[in-house]
Amino acid sequence: MLESKQLAAQRGAATLFSGIDFRLAPGDALLVTGANGSGKTTLLRIAAGLSHATQGTLSWRGLAVAPLDAELRAAVTYIGHAAALKDELTAEENLASQTSLHAGSADSGAIARALGLWSLDRQRALPARALSMGQRRRIGLARLALVPRPLWILDEPAAALDAAGLSLLCGMIVAHLAQGGMAIIATHQDIGLSGPSVRGLALS
Amino acid sequence: MTAAQAAPRPLPAPGAWRGVAWAVRRDLRLALRSKAELGVQLLFYVIVATLVPLGVGPDSVLLRALGPGVLWVAALLASLLALPRLFAMDFADGTLEQMTLSPYPLPALISGKIAAHWLATGLPLVAVSPLLGLQFGLGGDELVVLALGLLLGTPTLSLIGAVGAALTLGLRNGALLALLVLPLYVPVLIFGAGAVDAVRTGLGAGAELSLLGAGLLGALVGAPLAAAAAARIAID
Amino acid sequence: MNWFRFASPASFYPLAGRLAPWFGGAAALFAAAGLYIGLVAAPTDATQGDAYRIIFVHVAAAWMSMFIYLVMAFWCAVSLMFNARLAAMMAQALAPTGALFTALALVTGALWGKPTWGTYWAWDARMTSELILLFLYLGYMALRQAIDEPRRADRASAVLALVGAINVPIIYFSVKWWNTLHQGASVSLTSAPTMAAMMLTGMLLMALAAWFYSIAIALTRVRAIILERERHAGWVGEAALAARGAR
Repeated sequence: MLESKQLAAQRGAATLFSGIDFRLAPGDALLVTGANGSGKTTLLRIAAGLSHATQGTLSWRGLAVAPLDAELRAAVTYIGHAAALKDELTAEENLASQTSLHAGSADSGAIARALGLWSLDRQRALPARALSMGQRRRIGLARLALVPRPLWILDEPAAALDAAGLSLLCGMIVAHLAQGGMAIIATHQDIGLSGPSVRGLALS
Repeated sequence: MTAAQAAPRPLPAPGAWRGVAWAVRRDLRLALRSKAELGVQLLFYVIVATLVPLGVGPDSVLLRALGPGVLWVAALLASLLALPRLFAMDFADGTLEQMTLSPYPLPALISGKIAAHWLATGLPLVAVSPLLGLQFGLGGDELVVLALGLLLGTPTLSLIGAVGAALTLGLRNGALLALLVLPLYVPVLIFGAGAVDAVRTGLGAGAELSLLGAGLLGALVGAPLAAAAAARIAID
Repeated sequence: MNWFRFASPASFYPLAGRLAPWFGGAAALFAAAGLYIGLVAAPTDATQGDAYRIIFVHVAAAWMSMFIYLVMAFWCAVSLMFNARLAAMMAQALAPTGALFTALALVTGALWGKPTWGTYWAWDARMTSELILLFLYLGYMALRQAIDEPRRADRASAVLALVGAINVPIIYFSVKWWNTLHQGASVSLTSAPTMAAMMLTGMLLMALAAWFYSIAIALTRVRAIILERERHAGWVGEAALAARGAR
């Protein structure tokens, strides 16, 4: 349902990648790998509709989309490098804020459960600046449970996660795919996803 | 745990006003938790206003003549000082790009941010200005018009300034924002200071205040749209 | 003829190269005619003597400074609406010329003011608005310069130029207001001597000269900008080789 044709991106004078074609149907996952600076983040941002591609087209459900297309926005959860957390707000407040930004409202019970799922019960009322990188990453990922969207675009979601967090993430992605969701994940480590519906795209 | 579905649920109708409310609530909460920064900006206003008499001498007739202009220019500069914090933190920690992806219209979210920003940085200037006006020997009428003018003008400054702040996101040069925004501030300065002068000469400040009001309305409509366009460009 | 063919930098580059010299020649001719009228043929003014002759340059420069800003804003709008690189490059090429004419208008205005009214700078409405226009041009150029990524620079400065264009009438109106409020009924410092038909012709010729000069210079400058920004494209390498081979 998400398709790209001959996608190319240039930043300044450097061409990051060109001629990228991929096709994601419900249940598919795309693992984007490549060295630092190979354009993984740029590709994900283009797929999420944040950035312009220099060339090529992106289509969602058969229709070409321009950046920040409303249909695409409504279908994507994008979790980038930056955790989008405010240092002065607590873990709970941060998650509630992000959830209400994307879903219109935030049920405090659901938030508490999501934090519990990611083992952050005791850190609920701590300001985000007091949390470790791994814990901040977990808050960002907790949003996946609270805001249901068909397409997940995750940039290095495993960064700073410990083994338990990694297996929880993998389980969530597998369940998401099983129910017809799609995912594009940039990673340079093995996150334990495999299967016929998981394809790789290596950027050089 | 709710799971993603193949066909997405229709989103809650994202009223623009709810987006404004989201942004105002969040930004005010953040502002209240970093009060020290705001105090500094208010202090800057007071200090600049105090520097002028130190520069030109304590002649009360001269100060009275200069007063409105000086207080307005100082308000402009204080406004400028506070602008970068409007978007900088959100840009740096990734919240701004999440806002562009939100179902709420980005101009609505930005209007909310600007409203919260003005409440935290502009309204204090309005409140303090009559006191500073007394330092310059302004009379009762003049103080009222000064405060009213600033009440109408400082939100306009925040709105116009937001466009400049969004255009210069992530750039290192702080003075660039001033170069971009100060020429656009000129009409507000002219009518704001002119209003006090008009009252002083007995003409009445109705015309100037109306123009300031019209400017505010225009900025309310146009600035969030321009700032949203600029923010999307910065995020691209 | 399909004009949109020229919307790509690669095909506009040779076209601009062919057109520029013609506009430059036309500019030189108009300038010669205008300067002849202004410096030689027009009579000495009764009240201002020969000092008034500078208005032939001053008025043309002031008109162009405003006109170029509008043209620049137009190309900026086109570049945003159609995501067109070349339109943005055109705006980039026009800005320095616009700033130059604004500065020229300010300097010639000051030089005119001194012998005529005794002061270089009198804070009148038009000169003050010109000064603010100069800040708008410089702001546009500074913003372009500060952003490394060319497409972001294009788009951001386009938004700035459009915001500026909308504000220019507002700024002019407010400065006029400010001026009348504070000057009262005193002599308007921008009143030109009563226009003899010949003087008007002279000013029109100078304005046309300035216009053609601006086009010629903008076309030449946009060629340089195209080469710089498209330097990795194939056709640039070929053109460079062809130029070297031709010599």
